[in-house]
Amino acid sequence: MAEVKSNKELFNVSVSPHIRSEESVSKIMWTVNLTLAPAALFGVYHFGLNALMIILLGIVSAVFFEWAVEIIRKKPITVKDGSAFLTGLLLAMCLPPTLPAWMAIVGSFIAIVVAKHAMGGIGSNIFNPAHIGRAALMVSWPVAMTTWSKMTTSVPDVVSSATPLNILKQQGYDALISTFGSASNMYQAMFLGNRSGSIGETCTVLLVLGGLFLIYKKYINWQVPVVMIGTVGILTWIFGPAGFLTGDPLFHMMAGGLIIGAFFMATDMVTIPITIKGQIIFAFGAGVLTTLIRLKGGYPEGVCYAILLMNCLTPLIDRFCQPKKFGVRG
Amino acid sequence: MKNYWQIFKKGIIAENPIFVLALSLCPALAVTSSATTALTMGLSVMFVISMNNMVVSLTRKVVNPKVRVPVYITSIATIVTVVQLVLQAYAPDLYDALGIYLALIVVFAIILARAESFASKNKVIPSFFDGFGMGSGFCVALVIIGIIRELLGAGSIFGVKILGDWYNAPLIMILPAGGFILIGYLVAAWKILTNHMEKKQAERGEA
Repeated sequence: MAEVKSNKELFNVSVSPHIRSEESVSKIMWTVNLTLAPAALFGVYHFGLNALMIILLGIVSAVFFEWAVEIIRKKPITVKDGSAFLTGLLLAMCLPPTLPAWMAIVGSFIAIVVAKHAMGGIGSNIFNPAHIGRAALMVSWPVAMTTWSKMTTSVPDVVSSATPLNILKQQGYDALISTFGSASNMYQAMFLGNRSGSIGETCTVLLVLGGLFLIYKKYINWQVPVVMIGTVGILTWIFGPAGFLTGDPLFHMMAGGLIIGAFFMATDMVTIPITIKGQIIFAFGAGVLTTLIRLKGGYPEGVCYAILLMNCLTPLIDRFCQPKKFGVRG
Repeated sequence: MKNYWQIFKKGIIAENPIFVLALSLCPALAVTSSATTALTMGLSVMFVISMNNMVVSLTRKVVNPKVRVPVYITSIATIVTVVQLVLQAYAPDLYDALGIYLALIVVFAIILARAESFASKNKVIPSFFDGFGMGSGFCVALVIIGIIRELLGAGSIFGVKILGDWYNAPLIMILPAGGFILIGYLVAAWKILTNHMEKKQAERGEA
């Protein structure tokens, strides 16, 4: 840099932008894939071969559908940028490990073809494609989507079939504690992932580490997961089973798909408001809706629907959170 | 005669009520979870819209424009009542399956739209063909949606089992969400079809 540049280089006037970032869509997408990988691998280790099948089929079919639609739409082929890979992976990680693996293909089809490319492709989708895929599977095969299996790693005295949130919904908090033995056992299982649930959502610690890495790389804003998880924690603590301020926030914050949803789904750059203020509103709304569905709704878990519902509101939030133009009145 | 054919044809393809005008989508979602109910609904609407266009056209010089909408609605309601009673008497199962949507034909946008935009300005016979064409277009659209939804959502067409027991039907196709998605894709397909036809027509015109 210290060398004297030739005149042409010195006085060359180029068009903006003059400051370029090293980041690109493809780099970000592959990084997110990498940060999700540990939790996905843990899911495979934890739940066995069918989980691996679901993940593989989800990814392969998502990439294939992306490629096929781009051929049909006569668009440049962008399967290498990792966005379809990410959609397939996220979708698979939100599915129960006993699901017939071919259903992951249907989910990928809905996610890529209907939710992503029908809206205009990458960057134009209103809803998080992976969550649309999951929601479509949920209404299509409700029984298969809510059947949970025993895990393969044989740890004694852990939850066998129902997810912790299912037990909480159907049998109450005391039954939940007794299935784990004690409260500290439960927290430990929730933290390390020794429980039943969707393939990629059980291991809280790996997901949080992956999310922290994304925050460190500034791919996501820390406000979104913090506000969303915090909202769920505070609200579930306030509206506890035995009256005010008797809830178990720690359990609710680690249960279900909240961690993966808050770090990896709600922060999807395309479907979230642009400004920090808007993103905080988004995360708060998603937290409130999640709590509402968990405590009052028919489903045991509501992260998927909460994020999708807030996705609908994103344009509206954006409109009310426009930053003030400098030097303009009103 | 050729003129009438043109009027009839535009209702089916170029101005299809569901796929092009996007009117009366509510019944198109609600009654198309099976092909049989879709066909019944389509035929009922076809009858109502043709008859109503004739009535409106016949009375177009007598009715004061200020009260035309109540007059249209009265006429539509009368014809719908006839359809309802006939279905109730001869096909009670279908009558139950269609439920409230049969009575709701009274307020279908497409019927009022044709009365307002065509029948109130044209003679009786063209009005009949306009209504007949629009009704046919509606019926065709409903049956297409109904067949696809029933095939994917229940593995059968008109109640006849097509796909075997291996077929694990996704419930979404029976639910409104699947109907919405399907209609979206059918609108796109219809657009491709009409574009293609226009291009062909233009080529023929040049040749």
